[in-house]
Amino acid sequence: MKILVPVKRVLDYNVKPRVKADGTGVDLANVKMSMNPFDEIGVEEAIRLKEKGVATEIVAVSVGPAKAQETLRTALAMGADRAILVQTDDEVEPLALAKIFKAIADAEQPGLVILGKQAIDGDNNQTGQMLAALTGWAQGTFASAVNVEGDHVSVTREVDGGLETVKLKLPAIVTTDLRLNEPRYASLPNIMKAKSKPLDTKSPADYGVDTTPRVKTVKVSEPPVRSAGVKVADVDELVAKLKAMGVHS
Amino acid sequence: MKTLVWVEHDGSAVKDATLAAVTAASKLGEVHLLVAGAGVDGVAKAAAQIAGVGKVHVADNAAFGHNLPENIAPLVAELMASHDAFVAPATTTGKNIAPRVAALLDVMQISEVLSVEGPKTFTRPIYAGNAIATVESSDPKLVLTVRGTAFEKAAATGGSGAVEAVSAGGDAGLSSFVGAEIAKQDRPELTSAKIIVSGGRALGSSEKYQEVIVPLADKLGAALGASRAAVDAGYVPNDYQVGQTGKIVAPEVYFAIGISGAIQHLAGMKDSKTIVAINKDEDAPIFQVADFGLVADLFNAVPELTGKI
Ligand SMILES: Cc1cc2nc3c(=O)[nH]c(=O)nc-3n(C[C@H](O)[C@H](O)[C@H](O)COP(=O)(O)OP(=O)(O)OC[C@H]3O[C@@H](n4cnc5c(N)ncnc54)[C@H](O)[C@@H]3O)c2cc1C
Ligand SMILES: Cc1cc2nc3c(=O)[nH]c(=O)nc-3n(C[C@H](O)[C@H](O)[C@H](O)COP(=O)(O)OP(=O)(O)OC[C@H]3O[C@@H](n4cnc5c(N)ncnc54)[C@H](O)[C@@H]3O)c2cc1C
Repeated sequence: MKILVPVKRVLDYNVKPRVKADGTGVDLANVKMSMNPFDEIGVEEAIRLKEKGVATEIVAVSVGPAKAQETLRTALAMGADRAILVQTDDEVEPLALAKIFKAIADAEQPGLVILGKQAIDGDNNQTGQMLAALTGWAQGTFASAVNVEGDHVSVTREVDGGLETVKLKLPAIVTTDLRLNEPRYASLPNIMKAKSKPLDTKSPADYGVDTTPRVKTVKVSEPPVRSAGVKVADVDELVAKLKAMGVHS
Repeated sequence: MKTLVWVEHDGSAVKDATLAAVTAASKLGEVHLLVAGAGVDGVAKAAAQIAGVGKVHVADNAAFGHNLPENIAPLVAELMASHDAFVAPATTTGKNIAPRVAALLDVMQISEVLSVEGPKTFTRPIYAGNAIATVESSDPKLVLTVRGTAFEKAAATGGSGAVEAVSAGGDAGLSSFVGAEIAKQDRPELTSAKIIVSGGRALGSSEKYQEVIVPLADKLGAALGASRAAVDAGYVPNDYQVGQTGKIVAPEVYFAIGISGAIQHLAGMKDSKTIVAINKDEDAPIFQVADFGLVADLFNAVPELTGKI
């Protein structure tokens, strides 16, 4: 079984995002960019399924600028077999992304597509579910365990009340949650090896997908800032402050 | 504009998150509800009483029993032929279903709406709430998920919606429900609690969480929360996680105990009315957002607080 793993290049999660003064977005000039953490978890899960003998080939895909190649090389260094860069300098919305991934799925015929549950920049949490709708496949979102059993996959999902397990017919879409696994670091030899793994470059037009946005960003602004309050000297002072607010047993 | 609001329920009662979604939808136009599930007569009757609702569409079918999106999304898409907007609370159920509906309708979804600025204009958080985007849809129909903490709850009673059975849809044959581990709690739910007591990595073990955090929460009638580090380390179950990728909360009072205040954690709680932080490191970032900060060892300070409050 082949596994398709979409990976997005995003602002590193350790960097504090700064809104641009002109209100057009977040400043991404000269800041560290990395693979979306949920997508690292997706790559790791695919590699584990290959190590178990369930998967035979892992194809990493990214939609983005030429620099997204770096993200794909990271996926290859972790253990993906080949990569596809769908190159564009435009911001591509989840619906258009899902259409691109659908076209790739039609061509590659994967048994599983493993996406992140959300990208930590757009925070949309949509792409996997949309891809499931377009392919007509089942979806196991917010996964904390994935077990392939014959022609089905069972997915344990993190839901508001706890955990839930569903059984899905293959092929299927999975989106990762934080506790699915701990992604490995690529070793130096594997980073070297990744440089010679195949990386195809395509464009959205190659897949017949129009990426014109449906949603216009009117402006981007800073959230209301919260100012620091006071430090209390001891528990007694804290108790007094809380009681004054009506908080007590 | 006619809106269709997803009613989140547990088989017997309507969940609070629905009420915030109703308020958001009422800013767009007429509010209709969808109650889907197996054996949901009671829920439908309760939903019809929500203030301001028009029709309540009820899809009662075994195939809708566990909110499987493969079965639910086609049902919603069909009902959308006679509605202009689908509005779901941004719960794990809403997030699972709404994008699938949007793609079936070939429209973009707007996620985690914070405010309605116009008939097609909304604000929503990006970058873990470090930026707020104002966005305008150009699609013919809207699909929205709504952040529960950003809207007042509609009154649960006072309405008189007309209940109407829907016969559409069924089992798509793609997925089935196997089981769930849903902890039954006799304390308030995290997303609707007035007070939340959260513990972080500093607790060191599940025993210490029980010993230090739980008694304070018990005394205040508070819900229990945690940082990702505390969940990852197994001190508490996953549904306790507050943050960018956990639950978004905005209680009257939020206690962050032994939590450093990473941006991903702040994303989930910085709209709390009052934040109390207890941390032994006076430079911990959590103090930058705390109304009351106490620099102390939590293992001494929290039991003392529990005793004195
Ligand atoms: C300030 C700002 C303004 C913006 N303005 C616009 C705009 O006007 N129009 C517009 O179209 N977009 C705009 N965007 C982009 C948009 O918000 C999202 O980046 C885009 O819609 C994708 O959503 P997401 O990454 O949050 O998707 P999610 O659904 O959260 O992503 C889930 C998963 O899908 C996969 N995935 C997502 N993106 C990619 C990718 N590029 N390559 C490979 N896999 C991927 C990953 O596996 C990821 O984990 C803007 C973004 C910002 C920050
Ligand atoms: C993609 C992604 C998503 C994430 N999503 C979330 C999320 O949703 N929610 C979330 O919480 N995190 C999330 N995180 C993790 C986040 O970045 C932090 O790692 C996490 O919040 C840290 O948890 P903590 O504050 O408990 O631990 P730490 O950062 O280790 O902080 C522990 C604190 O306890 C204090 N302390 C230690 N001992 C004592 C003592 N005896 N008395 C008092 N204080 C003491 C220390 O001074 C320190 O400040 C995410 C990370 C990523 C990459």
